[in-house]
Amino acid sequence: MKLAVWTYEGPPHVGAMRVATALKDVHFVLHAPQGDTYADLLFTMIERRDRRPPVTYTTFQARDLGSDTAQIFKQAAAEARARFAPAAMIVGASCTAELIQDDPAGLARSLALDIPVIPVELPSYQKKEHWGAAETFYQVVRTLALRGAGETGGRQTLPVTGRRPRCNLLGPTALGFRHRDDVQEITLLLSRLGVDVAVVAPLNASADDISRLPEADFNVVLYPEIAETAAAWLERSCGQPAIRTVPVGVAATCAFVREVAQLCGLDPEPALAEPGTRLPWWSRSVDSQYLTGKRVFVFGEANRAAAVARVAAYEMGFEVVGLGAYNREFARDLRAAAAELGLEALVTDDYLEVERAIADLRPELVLGTQMERHIAKRLRIGCAVISAPAHVQDYPARYSPQLGFEGANVLFDSWVHPLAMGLEEHLLAMFREDFEFNDAAGLSHMGAQATSEPEPVRPRNPEGRCWSSEAEAELSKIPFFVRGKARRNTEAFAAARGLAVIGLDTLYDARSHYAR
Amino acid sequence: MNAPLARSRTMPRAPADANIGVLRERGQREVFCGLTSIVWLHRKIQDAFFLVVGSRTCAHLIQSAAGVMIFAEPRFATAILEERDLAGMADANSELDRVVDDLLARRPDIRTLFLVGSCPSEVIKLDLARAAQRLSVRHQPQLRVLNYSGSGIETTFTQGEDACLAALVRECPVAAPDSPPSLLIAGALPDIVEDQFCRLFSAMGLDRVSFLPGRRSTDLPAIGAQTKVLLAQPFLGETAQMLVDRGAERLSAPFPFGVEGTTAWLESAALAFGVSPAAFSQAVAPAQARGRRAILAQRTWLEGRRVFFFPDSQLEPSLARFLHEELGAVPVEVATPYLNRDLVGPELERLPPGSRLVEGQDVDRQLDRCRAERPDLAVCGLGLANPLEAEGIATKWSIELIFSPIHGFDQAGDLASLFVRPLLRRARLKGLKA
Repeated sequence: MKLAVWTYEGPPHVGAMRVATALKDVHFVLHAPQGDTYADLLFTMIERRDRRPPVTYTTFQARDLGSDTAQIFKQAAAEARARFAPAAMIVGASCTAELIQDDPAGLARSLALDIPVIPVELPSYQKKEHWGAAETFYQVVRTLALRGAGETGGRQTLPVTGRRPRCNLLGPTALGFRHRDDVQEITLLLSRLGVDVAVVAPLNASADDISRLPEADFNVVLYPEIAETAAAWLERSCGQPAIRTVPVGVAATCAFVREVAQLCGLDPEPALAEPGTRLPWWSRSVDSQYLTGKRVFVFGEANRAAAVARVAAYEMGFEVVGLGAYNREFARDLRAAAAELGLEALVTDDYLEVERAIADLRPELVLGTQMERHIAKRLRIGCAVISAPAHVQDYPARYSPQLGFEGANVLFDSWVHPLAMGLEEHLLAMFREDFEFNDAAGLSHMGAQATSEPEPVRPRNPEGRCWSSEAEAELSKIPFFVRGKARRNTEAFAAARGLAVIGLDTLYDARSHYAR
Repeated sequence: MNAPLARSRTMPRAPADANIGVLRERGQREVFCGLTSIVWLHRKIQDAFFLVVGSRTCAHLIQSAAGVMIFAEPRFATAILEERDLAGMADANSELDRVVDDLLARRPDIRTLFLVGSCPSEVIKLDLARAAQRLSVRHQPQLRVLNYSGSGIETTFTQGEDACLAALVRECPVAAPDSPPSLLIAGALPDIVEDQFCRLFSAMGLDRVSFLPGRRSTDLPAIGAQTKVLLAQPFLGETAQMLVDRGAERLSAPFPFGVEGTTAWLESAALAFGVSPAAFSQAVAPAQARGRRAILAQRTWLEGRRVFFFPDSQLEPSLARFLHEELGAVPVEVATPYLNRDLVGPELERLPPGSRLVEGQDVDRQLDRCRAERPDLAVCGLGLANPLEAEGIATKWSIELIFSPIHGFDQAGDLASLFVRPLLRRARLKGLKA
């Protein structure tokens, strides 16, 4: 039993729904009680989808238990086939139905439907949403791609001759963080390189498109959490190589382009010559000097968090002070990225632990999920969302990819926006007591904000060091976006010298000690 | 699409009872389970904590249904069952004790802990009643541990509140036989609405009024033969029955939505307590007039408009009555997850003949009916709202009717405006017409 206040990931059947909803003509019959229908609103409200997810829930009730829940499933599947006329059907069970062991796969088989049926096992008490999405996508690919087994279309051994190379983009789903725009961006990037996209899956793919996956020359794994299992299977069974570098930021995008070019025997330079990214110059321009060494905490889906941390450190010049993920599937990659930055990765799905870590580290910027946005807001730290889970405001109307060169532009803008701007930061520091223009009034480009003091952060101060009232007052004159760092440095300084009380002098001594 | 499918669980129109026929459906439902009511209950009862014993789905449901997260640490959490709890490797009871200990260490201010049953805990027959007893003994007197089920195999959305209040009623002390008559309002109300009702009762001369749930879980009203109960919500069947079993008298009335509903609701209390008609009129007249004025401003938007209710909170018959009686709208279909004729009888009497009343749901068939009817406004859950809008049907997402103050005279205008807003918005978006 595990105590959870908020969860980062839903149950595995929600992952399955993300795949089913992404597909065009596949229906999902889910053995589940009525409460599980809440999952529809994730798609219709958060992502603003204009149609219901293609999911039929059996919604069995207590009075059905032990009598005819299996019959209810069969009836629901038969009715869904008749009403929605899908090209294929996924069948599975949610957590409650898993306990009553009705075997949706066997029941669906007994109906002898005239369409392919794809059973998915979703162990709700062990696994979570990403796993459910990856497993479902893999089962869909396996079932539908095998129908055309051996028919690999015009696939040739790379490099191809007589036509442009073709690849599949694997991993974008419904309710994905910016998947819609990433697909467009990467398709354009590949096209500039001279590569065509054959099938994007599962987002907007039909069952027939899935059958055509083996015809492409190679696969691009855009979102490893969702696509890796399927990509590995396609590699094994159909001999399709996979590109696994995820193009987050300028360096990774260049690496991605070079990797694809090498695989296809193409020249990467034309595509790299005019990359359309402004990040490098924006980051080198003098205004960006104020970004130097800003303390940043990164948390999200493991792959993305690792990639974002590298961009933050090496392309933005931030100091990454914390790096973590809520999923364990790719924890090894994350730990490697953390070690490279001299950090120990925080791998946890306990929201309160993440909150404590942020409060302790006192970063100036948090790059996280919608959960960290709440934490940051509470602690009055700037925040940008870089990973699922995301909320309705993270599904913008405008084109806003995270991947590729345009994605790098978006990262620059959205990470810089929550920070105080260069000279403003100085003015706030110089004239702290100005009654109109001070940090409590909020940053000028953010509009009027609450002027109340944030809820006091309860930092760990295990040695019980205490601040003199004079020093505390002086500390309060330091703008809030550096106050945390000043407090932390001063306490560390005092600890190193065994000082029990922090006075005004300690504050300034520490300041000169840490001066950079 | 409308042709009946083989082996349908939809039953033919039931024999007409009272003045309106009821269509009973048993197909796929698109409703929340009772756990959802924790979203408002945990804010209402300030010293209580709700611990759901369930799966990751339960935890995900509550945070998704709330739509936004609450910044403060919420007074609810989920004890997520894991493989080892099911496989018997860990004794679920000792695990639960451990989780409760962790929780109390962090929240020593909790006075009442609700162990809330879920679909998985019901199916594996985890005995939360016994667990609650055991934990109560262990943590008394600082903490009382109660239990109820919010499981989706037994409860729908607002029935979670019913089950929670029923658990509280079990704890209410027995009123002394010679205690003077008192009024108990059952149903969680926003604090502001509670205060408004208190002032109205006080103006009528009724001062012995209590609310269930109160703001503190430890302030439980005494119940006995002198207790008269007025339900503030139509979904409290079990709570009402339990109060009656304990000797209380339930006052039957329409529910306090809109000016007419609120007047009739307050009047039933006035009658029961012997308040003179003149004193009653004097007490309610100013608020009544304010409510009428506020509603009048909205009436042009809803008069003659055809409204279709999908089942959600059991408020549907009451809201349909309000829309019809006070705003001139035409209820085309009024579906409710569960129809308690005893409680909503006075509402049904006021619905126009020809309103189609539906109990239960078969969502695909209901959508077919809705498309065929092309109502001016569909009132439905969050899963259906955008899809219906995309099909050109104006919708009011019904969860707002639960998460906003809508009871009483001073909220009558606000309640009307919730239904008006989707229509008003369409009219304003002139620039988007093709």
